[in-house]
Amino acid sequence: MSAHVDIHTHDDDHGHHHKETFVTKYIFSQDHKMIAKQYLITGVIMGVIGILMSLLMRMQIAWPSQPNIIFEALLGKWAPGGVMDADIYLALVTIHGTIMVFFVLTAGLSGTFSNLLIPLQIGARDMASGFLNMISYWLFFLSSIIMVISFFVEAGPAAAGWTIYPPLSALPLAQGGSAAGMTLWLVSMAIFIVSSLLGSLNYIVTVLNLRTKGMSMTRLPLTIWAFFITAVIGVVSFPVLLSAALLLIMDRSFGTSFFLSDIFIQGEVLHYQGGSPVLFEHLFWFLGHPEVYIVLLPALGITSEVIATNSRKPIFGYRAMVASILAIAFLSTIVWGHHMFISGMNPFLGSVFTFTTLLIAIPSAVKAFNYITTLWKGNLQLNPAMLFSIGLVSTFITGGLTGIILGDSALDINVHDTYFVVAHFHLVMGISALYGLFAGVYHWFPKMFGRMLNKNLGYIHFWVTAICAYGVFFPMHFIGMAGLPRRYYTNSNFPLFDDTSNVQILITIFAIVGGLFQLVFLWNFIHSMFYGKKTEQNPWKSNTLEWTAPVEHMHGNWPGEIPHVHRWAYDYSKPGHESDFVPQNIPLKQGEEELQH
Amino acid sequence: MTGLLTILILLGITIAIWQMVKIFDLAQANKDFSQVANDKDNRVNGYLMLAFLGFIYGITIVSFALWGDLPLTSNSASEHGPEIDRLMIISMVVIFIVQTITQFLLHYFAFKYKGEKGRKALFYADNDKLEFIWTVIPVIVLAGLIMYGLFTWSDIMNIDEDEDPLMVELYAQQFNWKARYAGHDNVLGKANVRLINLDNANILGLDESDPNAQDDVITTELHLPVGRPVLFKMRSQDVLHSAYMPHFRAQMNCVPGMITQFAFTPTVTTEEMRLNPDIYEKVKNINRIRVKKSKQLQAKGEEPLDRYEFDYLLLCNKICGKSHYNMQMKIIVESEEDYNEWLDEQKLFKNSLVQN
Repeated sequence: MSAHVDIHTHDDDHGHHHKETFVTKYIFSQDHKMIAKQYLITGVIMGVIGILMSLLMRMQIAWPSQPNIIFEALLGKWAPGGVMDADIYLALVTIHGTIMVFFVLTAGLSGTFSNLLIPLQIGARDMASGFLNMISYWLFFLSSIIMVISFFVEAGPAAAGWTIYPPLSALPLAQGGSAAGMTLWLVSMAIFIVSSLLGSLNYIVTVLNLRTKGMSMTRLPLTIWAFFITAVIGVVSFPVLLSAALLLIMDRSFGTSFFLSDIFIQGEVLHYQGGSPVLFEHLFWFLGHPEVYIVLLPALGITSEVIATNSRKPIFGYRAMVASILAIAFLSTIVWGHHMFISGMNPFLGSVFTFTTLLIAIPSAVKAFNYITTLWKGNLQLNPAMLFSIGLVSTFITGGLTGIILGDSALDINVHDTYFVVAHFHLVMGISALYGLFAGVYHWFPKMFGRMLNKNLGYIHFWVTAICAYGVFFPMHFIGMAGLPRRYYTNSNFPLFDDTSNVQILITIFAIVGGLFQLVFLWNFIHSMFYGKKTEQNPWKSNTLEWTAPVEHMHGNWPGEIPHVHRWAYDYSKPGHESDFVPQNIPLKQGEEELQH
Repeated sequence: MTGLLTILILLGITIAIWQMVKIFDLAQANKDFSQVANDKDNRVNGYLMLAFLGFIYGITIVSFALWGDLPLTSNSASEHGPEIDRLMIISMVVIFIVQTITQFLLHYFAFKYKGEKGRKALFYADNDKLEFIWTVIPVIVLAGLIMYGLFTWSDIMNIDEDEDPLMVELYAQQFNWKARYAGHDNVLGKANVRLINLDNANILGLDESDPNAQDDVITTELHLPVGRPVLFKMRSQDVLHSAYMPHFRAQMNCVPGMITQFAFTPTVTTEEMRLNPDIYEKVKNINRIRVKKSKQLQAKGEEPLDRYEFDYLLLCNKICGKSHYNMQMKIIVESEEDYNEWLDEQKLFKNSLVQN
């Protein structure tokens, strides 16, 4: 507590004792709000690149090997005469996955909203360590730059899939992209992981130590619970990927054999002996699966907050929501083997992983039901953020349900690595998390920039995106059920799949339309940043503490004392109160009981 | 030049959209200053939610109508295939029911309870009984699916070597497949990539001194006798590959440095499968598409496409490099006699070596 007093006194003469220059305010800022904006803007830029790549892939799949001037313009030597090269197709697959999973949906989503909301919602002046926070962002920035630079190396960027399974990723002889491109990929990811760990440690310490008076763990908004647990999962699993990356670097550059054995390639036997690619798969998916929840939990946390606020109702089953976050977090660390049912590991392990995997459906189902019940008999304010949150619940259900098929080892034999998988994970983690990101931006834009986003553009953005997302990924299940493998540069060598070519064209058209309409968001975002309507302090009439801070950003967040907390975050439409919201800093009335949650 | 032009056109389109949005934006600006949803927004978007529910149902119906043949759920060609198909169909029915109900509730509530000024929401934070119910229902359903799945899985993966399965090695390399038959002794000779000797055509690295290897047969087509269990031993010489045989509901990765395995019993010969009405229709449809495409190709002065005839396939289903998309091998299931006849025509390993 003494820390608060300290910072508090120190804060009264805010603005006098340290001069802020352009560099300290906008570039090497240690203020969590500025760092959040930096994360968001970097994430949006990477998102534009990632989505553009997916459109190039979609055009190649729909109109295979046909000259296309867009390819010629954007891919240069990789599209001689406008015909896309097979190697660059795999590179697009790889980099699209990497960018979207790590740079957009991990750093862009978690980095933005954990940074923005943790101090503001728990009532802290800033993160536990502003300096580490700054370092964390700049390492992320550096890793983004390295990843982008890797597009331009002579032999092409990494092209072994975002899972970079060795030996393909280890041997330049196997694939051009496994030369300098893969080195840069590994360096970029190693730096990214360090950035992510610094961020996560900071979030954990801040949530545990810097909560304001009265903010007990059971009064935390669900956003904070989600960010907190996400950070814990990150700290548990990211180091394992770091070790996998380091071992792979050793195999590639220093002749060790952790993942390689008995290889004959291009007419020669390589010296590697005794390693196993399956070991790499274990290490990779020990992060890779929790990563799905690192991406998804923050989105669900944002959704919880947005749905409760805009339903003008308490979130239904707060305790169950927290319990299911904890259950998902725990289970997520013991299900990684479901990516490896047919990797050659012992079939008995497959049984174990089937069991744990299907268990995860239970907390997920509880979350979905609780969201739906929160809507029931609400007074729904259908703001753009609310639409994206409802959209998230919808795609989370549609995408999550097919997990019952993929998590079942017996069924996975059949649909493993087909388009069915692509449809499943894009809906359940890609689109859902993206919706979470959008919901967060629409909801907290006023908090970030002091201005409002245009709601009508928001409505157009949502409805077109929602239709296109289903238009792209729903039919994709069906070509998966025809047995079509993913990551094929063209399907024209298999007449068996000729009857899926129309579906591919349909999907591509939806993808292009959906992609183009993201420009509406981009315009809204940039324009509103400078010319949007000025916001009032609490535009959504929300209960959480960030809306008690002044609109104008200031170092230390609150001009006077930090507000104290007297109730949970979900006293919406509480009987006995005039208005339909009671912020957390309002003391209980005489005789008013706090809900036992 | 064309590159520059394209970029200019793309830029132009972007600017056009940008400007349209701007005009739209400016037109809106004077009407309504608040960017928070008002009753009209709630009403419009509430109805759109209902429409969107219709869209989800619509796309589901259209998808099933157009592409609902779902080749991976019917006409399997292996003994364990129908088991997987049954489990698949049960899972899909469960998913379909849950999807239909939950999407209805979600979107209907979003429509029904759209906000109105002055109305107050119901303060309803908890109901242990309700939450208990919807925890227990998934538990029961999943318990059933898990049990069924695990039995099916262990049935498929536990290989009974007493049944005297035919031993076949599947050998993967960038970017083709080879099959190695164990010959009359039905024992595969020892092999390691270190023993590969391209000079005397020992391409799979068989141990030339191993007596079991002498009668092995290496082929580029996979022939299987109908009705006999086959135990595949998989090897890869360079990177990960995956041997995917969708018609047999079979798949296993090929991992350099280790031998993986998968077993199944083919039950339908290639000839029988070609006469299967579903497959016959499918092939006819595919040929219709190919004829149409051929006409377009010929108009451009290119070669027309071949006529398609059904064959079982082995595909590579793990990203393995540039020509991953074309790494395939034909599988032919035939009667025991035809199979034996074919095998006898093939060269034995000891006779295939080139003596220098």
